[in-house]
Amino acid sequence: MGEHGTWFDYLNRFEWWRHLDSWAKSKLQRRWLLSMFDTGWTLTHVLVAVLVIAFCTWGALAFFRGTRTADHGVVPPRTMNLRNFFEYTAEMVYGMVEGAMGEKHAARFFPLIGTLWIFILFSNLIGLIPGLIAPTDTLKTNAGIALMVFFLTHYYGVKEHGLAYFKHFLGPTPLLAPLMLPIELVSHVARPLSLMVRLMGNMMADHKVVFSFFALVPLVVPLPFMLLGLLVCLIQALVFCTLTMVYISMAIEHEDH
Amino acid sequence: MKRTIKILSSLAVLFAVWGASSLAFAQGADAQTIKNQGLAGNYGLIALAAGLGIGIAALGGGIGQGRAAAAALDGIARNPGAAGQIRGPMILGLALIESLVIYALIISFILAFKVGA
Repeated sequence: MGEHGTWFDYLNRFEWWRHLDSWAKSKLQRRWLLSMFDTGWTLTHVLVAVLVIAFCTWGALAFFRGTRTADHGVVPPRTMNLRNFFEYTAEMVYGMVEGAMGEKHAARFFPLIGTLWIFILFSNLIGLIPGLIAPTDTLKTNAGIALMVFFLTHYYGVKEHGLAYFKHFLGPTPLLAPLMLPIELVSHVARPLSLMVRLMGNMMADHKVVFSFFALVPLVVPLPFMLLGLLVCLIQALVFCTLTMVYISMAIEHEDH
Repeated sequence: MKRTIKILSSLAVLFAVWGASSLAFAQGADAQTIKNQGLAGNYGLIALAAGLGIGIAALGGGIGQGRAAAAALDGIARNPGAAGQIRGPMILGLALIESLVIYALIISFILAFKVGA
């Protein structure tokens, strides 16, 4: 059950696209093959990710246009248009960030968590549209996001505590340090790995389930599984953002409170 | 200036990791043929491992998620007004338990695609 085609495969009719694809492949393709992940080189995920970012930018522009009205966007619009949807999303995410990190840090980390939420949510959701794939169902996109979160947690920890942040790795007492250090290191390395594999596994498995039922009975039967897929998309974005918030708040917490 | 140093040092770490990984995965032709021969003889065991692996993982995941959902439902039954507060951590807990099953599923996929499909 390999990957199926997307609308972007029609780009292969154009000579310039084929040249661009093979040039990028010669520069960027990895030389080593890793079991199931050698289905090969494809730029489709990049294009779909660009599409997702374009949609989010359009929504953000609608949001900002809404704040340029006479009352600075205080009155919400009547109907559910794009501006209303993004205002609602922003409010929900702010509530989530405030609940998880407290009011002091909420405004500081809201851009990061909001961006993660919107990008991951719409990347997941775009996989449900027939003919498009979720850019988060490969390790490529998820590795980028998860590594960014990993480096940011350590960056914020060092910014908050100075270099004494690395004493957290040694555990509560100096006696336990040789035991705690490998455990802490492994758990810190496992965090971005688990973030990316969880997201990829959920998206890929959900897509395969829908596709296998589609291969059996194409008409009505895949619908409940697509509804399940909708739920899974939301939950996985929520879990990613919640875990990011937990890691960051663990990195910047002070035990003396 | 300090910020620049921080950004440059994190970029240097990334570059070092990328360089080290590209060195680590270079393989010769001999190793590849030996691996292929070893693989072809063991298709049955690998397929069995793929099936059993995800089966046992689903068993453990089902039990774990069942306990989490049962605790959440108990909490809602005791205090119906707190249903909204309980729902959030319940979903989070379920997703974290499920992620362990997903890790086993990934390994199962790797093994299953090694033997065909």
